[in-house]
Amino acid sequence: MRYIEPHGHMVSRTTDDYQAMALAGCAAICEPAFWAGFDRKSADGFHDYFCQLTQHEPKRAAKYGLPHYCWLCINPKESEDMALAADVLALIPQFIGAPTVLGIGEIGLNKNTRNEMKILEQHIELAVKHDQLILVHTPHLEDKRKGTRLITDVLKAHSGVRPERVIIDHVEEHTIAGVLDQGFWAGITLYPESKATPVRAVDMLENFASQRVWLNSACDWGHSDPIAVPKAAAEMRRRGHSAAAIDSLVYGNPVRFLSQSKNFKDPQALR
Amino acid sequence: MPDPHPLAGTPRRSRDQVADLHFMDARFKLLDLAAFLDRLERATGADDHRVRGLRQALPILLEGGDDRVAKILHLWSDPSLTPIEQADTKSASGVWPGLK
Repeated sequence: MRYIEPHGHMVSRTTDDYQAMALAGCAAICEPAFWAGFDRKSADGFHDYFCQLTQHEPKRAAKYGLPHYCWLCINPKESEDMALAADVLALIPQFIGAPTVLGIGEIGLNKNTRNEMKILEQHIELAVKHDQLILVHTPHLEDKRKGTRLITDVLKAHSGVRPERVIIDHVEEHTIAGVLDQGFWAGITLYPESKATPVRAVDMLENFASQRVWLNSACDWGHSDPIAVPKAAAEMRRRGHSAAAIDSLVYGNPVRFLSQSKNFKDPQALR
Repeated sequence: MPDPHPLAGTPRRSRDQVADLHFMDARFKLLDLAAFLDRLERATGADDHRVRGLRQALPILLEGGDDRVAKILHLWSDPSLTPIEQADTKSASGVWPGLK
């Protein structure tokens, strides 16, 4: 089988994980900017991080035959510091022109604060100004429903945002319908404990229209599984779904969304 | 032209087929939950908001319908729609602390 990992934090993973993903059929990896698990103290730290995402990580992935793309932003967990966020936002335009940048992300909310909202709005403005795709992180656990509603309201209120160019990630059973009904794409993140397991993800896919849904592992420095997407594909297979249906979901869907960026190349076309 | 629907024609299954696929998985998870509740009984102190939320969710498991997961997630969610002034933590606990 073949699949795209549309959301993996590979800076946190070992080269063994790249190898495991390649062996499992991964054809390309997309890496959003995120929180490193600790707060960076200055924009210089983000400058280095953006260099890592746009220059170093593609070389590391290439050793396993994997195209590597990225998204840029300051994660909502660091958006509470408005001065730092402003400095980082000012850095982003100089990296947007890099050949592997897909858009602005993963932006969004964490604890649904006023400062997080302001920085989210500034990221959206930046994306619209530079005609970039948007990848949205929705908050964790008890904060997700409220945060998802706040985020979609802000996106819908901006006249320059086209919902078909926005993916709202980390949806679960209580948020997926609202996201899809408003015309956005939805990402289901496969985590061993939080967010969705592969089994629940396939339940959602069977219960909701899945034309605008992708699956991702969001593998990072926490409890996560870099080959969660092929495991979800295996769950689909044992439930009797066809190989074509699985391919359409784990390969075709992310390619359709990501191809809206001029920088993304369908891996099939590269072979 | 409509988007392709990857899971169009989702196979219909009998309850036996679903049980054959997923019963053992559900069985061990239910026993783990029972063991967690037993462990709480043997511990000192009162339930915190997370455990209270978990106990409130248990009756939903016996309700009808095929939306139990969504109902539980809604139960545990912050019901407000106004941004807060400032966060006192970066993390979430799993159950809205204001749940009565």
